[in-house]
Amino acid sequence: MELIHSILVAPFIEMVAYPDFFLQVVWEGFVAGVLYSLIALGFVLIYKASGVFNFAQGIMVVFAALALVSLHAMGVPAWLAVLLSLGIMGLLAVGIERLVLRKLVNQHDAILLMATIGLTLVLKGVGQLVFGGEPKPMITEQLGLPTGSTDWEVFDGIVIFQHIDIAAAVIAVLMVMALGVFFSKTRIGRALRAVADDHQAALSVGISLHQIWAIVWFASGIVALVTGIMWGARSEVSFALEIIALKALAVLILGGFTSIPGAIVGGLMIGVGEKLFEVYWGALFGSGVEAWFAYVLALIFLLFRPQGLFGERIIERV
Amino acid sequence: MSKTTLFTLAAGVLAASCLVPVAQAQDSMYMPSMTYRTGPFAGGGTPFADGYADYFNMLNERDGGINGVKIVVDECETAYNTQKGVECYESTKGNGALAYSPLSTGITLALIPKAPVDEIPIFSMGYGLSAAAAGEQFPWTFVYPASYWNQLSSILKYIDSNGGIKDKKIGFIYLDAGYGKEPIPLLDQLSESMGFSVAKFPVGVKEMQNQGSQWLNVRKERPDWMIMWGWGAMNPTAIKEAAKIRFPLDRFIGNWWAGSHNDLKAVGAAGKGYLAANFSGIGQDYPAVQDILTHVVEKGMSKVASADDVGNVLYNRGMFNAVVLAEAIRVAQDKTGKSVITGADMRDGLEAINLTEERLTELGLPGFTGEVKGSCSDHEGGGSVFIQQWTGSDWEKVSDLIAPMTDVVRPMLEEAAEAYVSDKPDWKGQTCS
Repeated sequence: MELIHSILVAPFIEMVAYPDFFLQVVWEGFVAGVLYSLIALGFVLIYKASGVFNFAQGIMVVFAALALVSLHAMGVPAWLAVLLSLGIMGLLAVGIERLVLRKLVNQHDAILLMATIGLTLVLKGVGQLVFGGEPKPMITEQLGLPTGSTDWEVFDGIVIFQHIDIAAAVIAVLMVMALGVFFSKTRIGRALRAVADDHQAALSVGISLHQIWAIVWFASGIVALVTGIMWGARSEVSFALEIIALKALAVLILGGFTSIPGAIVGGLMIGVGEKLFEVYWGALFGSGVEAWFAYVLALIFLLFRPQGLFGERIIERV
Repeated sequence: MSKTTLFTLAAGVLAASCLVPVAQAQDSMYMPSMTYRTGPFAGGGTPFADGYADYFNMLNERDGGINGVKIVVDECETAYNTQKGVECYESTKGNGALAYSPLSTGITLALIPKAPVDEIPIFSMGYGLSAAAAGEQFPWTFVYPASYWNQLSSILKYIDSNGGIKDKKIGFIYLDAGYGKEPIPLLDQLSESMGFSVAKFPVGVKEMQNQGSQWLNVRKERPDWMIMWGWGAMNPTAIKEAAKIRFPLDRFIGNWWAGSHNDLKAVGAAGKGYLAANFSGIGQDYPAVQDILTHVVEKGMSKVASADDVGNVLYNRGMFNAVVLAEAIRVAQDKTGKSVITGADMRDGLEAINLTEERLTELGLPGFTGEVKGSCSDHEGGGSVFIQQWTGSDWEKVSDLIAPMTDVVRPMLEEAAEAYVSDKPDWKGQTCS
């Protein structure tokens, strides 16, 4: 009886008793969700265009952020360092297409996945060789990103909004809008969608698969840089950031591997869900539920809706 | 060429090949260095490895080694991965290794059973298995200058002396791994005897940079003090999150692995007031550190990115690891009369170590740490810790040395040591008079 009470009654009483804290939990979950969505976006872009699950997305986040802070440490002004980092990610995209993907056209998905695992190891090694293994602070203020916080006095309490978190949410929204316009309104964007729908048909109307892949990996590199800046600002830029990308796997299973809105909704569901679950039900499981909550949710989705909320329905004809 | 000549030549080559290692062995002693300059914990591993290597290299350059025998420091990269650490151990132990300092509780736990078999001591300085402080059960493992348990007891004493601990709530945020969980049995025990309550906040290794939930729970639980058993990227993230929820940072104490310059680099002024335990001196104002600058760094023999990194918390900690090992070599050389010692001699040297303030001064480290005196039964040396505080740009010592609650902790350590060996019938301890 006591167990049922602690599951079904006590958490809700607590939410009502301390509504300011409840709002804080939801806000923190929203911010975490936005940040998960950013990571997941990078995966979705590449998966949409090439059907490759890019295992290297996490290390690309680290690589891009390390390039940025290292260039700045060498005396390059912050925004010029951003442009140069984008240039590095562009070169990386072309290099990956030329040296890895081009050789593997028409190979099985598993082979492409293995190639991205290999790419992860190469980027990790090169990154440590070039930038060093030590963590570095993100150049938040130099980039003009806001610091500090604003208090919202509500329900006899306060909700604290960190300005950097608000900036992350705004940037994520702008990025999704920009990607939406890019995909629907530009010639390259339409070509990307064509490749995503049917490689053979796209090739038959003269779309260059090589060019499209390089572009989409570059777009993913841009997302990686933004993600690296935002996560780095919350903590530091280190190779430990790579691990966070694993959370995106659960986001993708929820949202669907091919859907940009899915990445957003999936990220928010996991972000808000895990915060609420950890704070109000975590004690029942000895705390630390955040480490597995997203994956359990993903497993449930795999059982009942394997294509995710927004993914294309999987129809296998035999 | 006659058969006799051929035979003589072959015999000569064979004899020469046998003599070469002996000649090398007489010239030097082999000291493996398990490092992690890569991976998620490289921020802590790199300065530690630099300090460790630079001290031995300084002895080689300044004094021609230890009593005329040079020390060969051989790094093996573990990336803080237990499997890789064991591989490093297996691939280097045959080179005449004198001791291993894994700088990882996971690797230490894997090597502890191997040490008596291979007769190479494990020196896990302020980490690893707390119970290894009991020399009777763990003749081959040393945790100078203090175990995690004694460190925790010193931190609790500090809290008690700053407003009292009875009826207070202590939050404990920790890396959800062997290292982070290590002091929990003592924390639970002392909470009963000292009359405080505990709220625990585990942080998964994959969630080190994503601690929003833990700190929401901290805000909910409203502890009076927070103690952190963190490492790597977990530390700056936790301090930033604490500042974010406006937890008073002068009520937030990290252990000695959560209080380095690297930890606070990404936090900066926002971390002002944060406290951490420490047992090794900070800065370059020690003659031994100055000698490192002169004989190693200025000659370009160090891996430090900048001379300014010399003297940082973890650099000096790595250096002190080498200081203890070097002193153990000297003690072993004295005891055995040999210039080149073995792992077994090294074990005896570690056990007989006696780093008094007078001896530390002779070594160029006056006031660097508390006295460390080992014995057959005491493999942690009864070391004390001090508390340091982040000023916004550097660390500042804010307390005197705080002795551990040996009377409470020692019986628990012995009990834990007995429990460890109880299911290992072939385990070899030692009898101490």
